Amino acid sequence: MPALGADMEAGTLVEWLKRPGERIARGDAVAVVETQKGAIEIESFQPGVLREIRVETGARVPVGEVLALIDGEAGAAAAAPVHATAEAPARAIAAAPPPRPGAAAEPEPEPVVLSGQRRVPISPLARRLAEERGIDVATLQPGADGTIGLAEVEAARAALAPAGAPAARAAGERGLDLAAMRRAIAAAMARSHREIPHYFVSSTLDLAPLLAWLERTNATRAPPGRLLYLVPLLKAVARAMASAPELNGHYEADVFTPSAAVHMGVAIAMRGGGLIAPAIHDVDRLDLDTLMAKLDDLVLRVRGGRLRSSELADPTVTVSNLGEHTADAILPVIYPPQVAIVGCGQIVPRPWVSDGGLVVRPTMTITVGGDHRVSDGRSAAKFLARVEALLKTPEAL
Amino acid sequence: MSATRRITYREAVREALREALLRDPRVFLMGEDVGRYGGSYACSSGLLAEFGEERIRDTPLSESGFVGAGIGAAIGGMRPIVEVMTVNFSLLALDQIVNNAATVRHMSGGQIAVPVVIRMATGAGRQLAAQHSHSLECWYAHVPGIRAVAPATVADARGMLWTALQEPNPVVIFEHATLYNDEGEVPGEGELAVDIDRAAVRRAGDDLSLITYGGSLKKALAAADALAGERIGCEVIDLRTLRPLDEETILASVRRTHRALIVDEGWRSGSLAGEIAARIAEEAFFDLDAPVRRVCSAEVPIPYPRHLEEAATPQVDGIVAAARGLVRR
Repeated sequence: MPALGADMEAGTLVEWLKRPGERIARGDAVAVVETQKGAIEIESFQPGVLREIRVETGARVPVGEVLALIDGEAGAAAAAPVHATAEAPARAIAAAPPPRPGAAAEPEPEPVVLSGQRRVPISPLARRLAEERGIDVATLQPGADGTIGLAEVEAARAALAPAGAPAARAAGERGLDLAAMRRAIAAAMARSHREIPHYFVSSTLDLAPLLAWLERTNATRAPPGRLLYLVPLLKAVARAMASAPELNGHYEADVFTPSAAVHMGVAIAMRGGGLIAPAIHDVDRLDLDTLMAKLDDLVLRVRGGRLRSSELADPTVTVSNLGEHTADAILPVIYPPQVAIVGCGQIVPRPWVSDGGLVVRPTMTITVGGDHRVSDGRSAAKFLARVEALLKTPEAL
Repeated sequence: MSATRRITYREAVREALREALLRDPRVFLMGEDVGRYGGSYACSSGLLAEFGEERIRDTPLSESGFVGAGIGAAIGGMRPIVEVMTVNFSLLALDQIVNNAATVRHMSGGQIAVPVVIRMATGAGRQLAAQHSHSLECWYAHVPGIRAVAPATVADARGMLWTALQEPNPVVIFEHATLYNDEGEVPGEGELAVDIDRAAVRRAGDDLSLITYGGSLKKALAAADALAGERIGCEVIDLRTLRPLDEETILASVRRTHRALIVDEGWRSGSLAGEIAARIAEEAFFDLDAPVRRVCSAEVPIPYPRHLEEAATPQVDGIVAAARGLVRR
């Protein structure tokens, strides 16, 4: 069960899209999991053949749980981990561990339970993995030598699957729990406010060249092929982002990792409330028609409650576009672990100085919210200047 | 392609010396008994006849004097190779090495390089008693300004010397005394010089990292063989360079295997093994599935009788037992 967001602890398996024996390519959707953010398609990172399904539909399982086994292309390489997970539970549930040779005088290790008084030795790795996978260390059985290591955590993961699943919603009753989604947004935004020292930098841009070009371009196209202004706007933001590494990436455990690729989270409002910002991958390298198609597809699937795991896990930066008939400007809040967010207000006709004279121009106020631990306002200012320059020649996008 | 040749470690050292003397007229060898006697471990036998007394120089029994002369010659533009019989005897030259060779480049603001190479035998296993058998590499590995290397294979014995001579800083080469008769492969032709920067993974494995160097490498490899029979996979890392340590290779291995066992013939207290264990704890703590363990020499002067000498130094059985403990079997 992958973590589809920093705050996700468990998910409900609602549908298997592949059957045992079926061949899987890298990137294929294998299963549908319901989270607070809706139904998400889980994609496989691994090509191979689906060997065994470990979690029944309807089961709610913690992050880190094994959902299924895939035999890799190289059979030998895949055999090892499969073997390890298969053996571990047997060892964990053995009623009386055989005494170690020469250890007769040692007291039997007491069976489990971490209490305040007695501390069971647990390896740093085991503790870390248990935490990451949502396993309470107090429930772990120590091994024959009285300590808890990697093997015991693996055993617990394997053993937990069937037993630990609470009554789940019936399969097929897919859809969104809006209250749960609101809680997820609350958790992410509270964390953002708590941890990220935001700064904001704004520019108001003249969109006349962009809109004029768009009108000319769309005039030659049939309605289904026409571009929304959001498309060249996203492309310009992505291209400017590609040369602003300090705004594009993830900040985790006090370390900032810039991303070479620009995977742009696009904030999309959901019917009935709620908001989600799944990623469009490599936006800086897509041509406008492809980007338009991807945006259409994404909006459709968001509203249908059907997203892919990579779309949720991958955004390196987010754009929040208020759209028409809304408000002039937005001070956006960063979605952790990202380090920047770009907020676009509605397009407003404003008095504008051009060549020393006063004219009316369609304008947009764009605001960058940046993480001051990683970058400074100057980075955002330079970024906005690049966006402005790119939007002056939209035909080059 | 070019076939490999099989030669002894001693022959590899001799070939490397010969190559250096032939390739660079500034190179000369000096030390106790390196000329007429052919070296106390016979590494330089025949070289006096070939290169003459100017370049193969027997010295008085005064380590401080002839090591100091070597340092002076290096400062003066030569490329001296100084042989010290054992690391035990090198303590008489410690002042020259630590206070002069290691500091002059620093204190002259980089103006004066000290490209001296100091070779010495180290370690136990030949029943030479305490005053000839200690492993004090760690004392040198402690000192900034020195590069300390420990060729554990025949190919490294053959290839490290030339690279060491190209260094502007003093390089100390530790040759474990039990290695001289061991045979190994070297390339049949072409450039034989090897780097003196990186550790080498001598055997791949998934269950634990066996980190070692010098004379302990063959013991670690034998232990890994034995453990493979119990389905315990050891990754054996040969440090090769003791200062600066190749932390990257060590940590990458430990992060993968989650367990580390360090085999070091030095005494445990204040050992190189202790330094490595500390770095693993600092940098890879949350990847550890077991405490870092060490197999070191017993904290006694290395005894003369064979059974006591063996009991005092790391042996295959002890490494195997420690490894089993780490994987909790």
